[in-house]
Amino acid sequence: MTGRRLLDKLWESNEILRRDDGTSLLWVDRHLVHEGSHHAFAKIAERGVPVAEPGLTFGVADHYAPTRGAPATDAIARMIDTLAANTAKHGITCFGLDDPRQGIVHVIGPEQGLTLPGLLINCGDSHTSTHGAFGALAFGIGATEVAHVLATQTVWQKKPRAMRIEVTGRLGAGVGAKDLALAWIAKLGADGARGHAIEYTGPAVKSLSMEGRMTLCNLSIEGGARFGMIAPDETTFAYVKGRPFAPGGADWDRAVALWSSLPSDADASYDVSVSLDASEIAPIVTWGTTPEDALPVTATIPDPARMSGAAAERARNALDYMGLSPGRALKDIPVDQVFIGSCTNARIEDLREAAGVLAGRKAKVPGIVSPGSQQVKSQAEAEGLDRIFIDAGLDWVGSGCSMCVAMNGDHVEPGKRCASTTNRNFRGRQGRGARTHLMSPAMVAAAAVTGHLTDVRELLKERAPA
Amino acid sequence: MRGWRRHTGVAIALDRENVDTDQLIPARFMSTPRAEGYGDFLLYDFRNDVYGNPLSDFPLNAVPNASVLISRRNFGSGSSREAAVYALVDFGIRVVIAPSFGDIFASNAVNNGLLPARVSSADADAAIRKLQQGPLDTSVDLLERHIRLGKMAFDFIIDDVWQQKLINGWDDIDLTQNHKQAITAFRALHAQAMPWAVQVQQTNFRSAGRDTVSQ
Repeated sequence: MTGRRLLDKLWESNEILRRDDGTSLLWVDRHLVHEGSHHAFAKIAERGVPVAEPGLTFGVADHYAPTRGAPATDAIARMIDTLAANTAKHGITCFGLDDPRQGIVHVIGPEQGLTLPGLLINCGDSHTSTHGAFGALAFGIGATEVAHVLATQTVWQKKPRAMRIEVTGRLGAGVGAKDLALAWIAKLGADGARGHAIEYTGPAVKSLSMEGRMTLCNLSIEGGARFGMIAPDETTFAYVKGRPFAPGGADWDRAVALWSSLPSDADASYDVSVSLDASEIAPIVTWGTTPEDALPVTATIPDPARMSGAAAERARNALDYMGLSPGRALKDIPVDQVFIGSCTNARIEDLREAAGVLAGRKAKVPGIVSPGSQQVKSQAEAEGLDRIFIDAGLDWVGSGCSMCVAMNGDHVEPGKRCASTTNRNFRGRQGRGARTHLMSPAMVAAAAVTGHLTDVRELLKERAPA
Repeated sequence: MRGWRRHTGVAIALDRENVDTDQLIPARFMSTPRAEGYGDFLLYDFRNDVYGNPLSDFPLNAVPNASVLISRRNFGSGSSREAAVYALVDFGIRVVIAPSFGDIFASNAVNNGLLPARVSSADADAAIRKLQQGPLDTSVDLLERHIRLGKMAFDFIIDDVWQQKLINGWDDIDLTQNHKQAITAFRALHAQAMPWAVQVQQTNFRSAGRDTVSQ
């Protein structure tokens, strides 16, 4: 018998039953809801069923949360009020706008210790894969499934195939988890991991902080994987320990013992294995309209004339939308603004990384910095990072999904180009006609300083002691 | 949700790869209650000019009675927003045919009676080229997993479970209620094995935010 993988162990520990057709009924340990869950609450209201486990359900206002002042429109205010009303009605704890625990759902789950190794976590949001960074089985679901979890605390799911992405070597200076994620997505494609649960392994993954691991797992869905996960280890335990909702006392020791048994067995095998060398990865930026359109910042814009069929057509459409021409150096592309935020890159380490580049420098273009949670905001202010951003000329604003999904009124104007730490460069994602280039927080900071896409390593070199 | 076995209707093509959920329904429309209908939001920024005037030559505008949409790889990639499916369904689309689909989109589709029919890239390509000359009558047999498009005929792939769900119009909550006993038993065992998973308690007030302020 071959060894069991992290995926197998997590699946088994939450599987209630498996039907003859292979679909499992899984127990949901944590269900996170946000304003977008209104469709699901309406569905259970229609059926007249209660929420099965209000104590395992947590709400947070993030998608529509204003980052400056009051909600921009009545419709936006209504979305936030509806979440508050629905959670109150069912006795669900909700981190609303005035709660210091408020923030982006995939930031606050781990921050509050709601996210733990070994748990199954669902949320009506595709970036729920983020929580897999703790060795949890975490995946995004649609509104019908959210209603099902509300009503039953379970979810039907067919076990995905297992993919391993092993990252050997070490990431260079100025290169981080975001670059690593964009590198594999560019290599395998935006649907390269479709139908699979990814387990990230190897020394370069192991040496990432929890923040870095969350960024990596967060972007799994951009390569098509509903699940991304990393085996829990000492780094994980150190992060979790002492969090408000983490187990304490004797439970803590018991939990760590159990979590220590989760890593894949040495003789486990995978349906697909992919290997990357971290030392070969340069800072990466996207040039097109899907995250697979990603290249090292040192490259030039690809030429559709050298591609064939649908790929050439798609590249032509993408370049047309992005207002770019083939052959141009990526580093020559000027940007109109920058955005630092989102569930991908708005944790304290991300802000430190960006501030490290911006310290003592001025931004040539406007931009906003939206910390991932109110806790991250307080922490950043305690460290003086807010001063660095403000002194550089950027706006330091409140916490929420903000300009990543452009639901709260924060958006990029048509035709404007934004260097962004977010997760999707889709057409219209940051606003109708918005042109998004995805990159790491350090790279966005570098673009802010120069006003064009820039290799952050050059700015870091200027800082290096002689 | 009502089940179905066979669908006949008019097919149109959307000749693009990676039609993501942000294109299927831009985020700005998602605060609308479903009861108001999502059909007008479908592919809004493709169908309309910057002033919101419909582009008459866009297939959805030219063929408003279309019920089968054929597109290219990675259709429905991106977010978990079920609103992308609502927009298709409310417009009148019953079947989307493509070489591949985003995982979450596909399961959302099935939960709303919309068939995500997977076909080979070659069949999708041939169908799209054929539809460039205009819309065509089509029939989709869910039981036989077979599509007829004008004079073309080809098979599609759908997971067995999803096929049954679409045919029977099953509702998962009803199905799950039949397993209530198993769920209750599991919960009790789970609470023994991992008490912290089932009884969520705030164990540390030091960094809990609100509690920090009040201390």
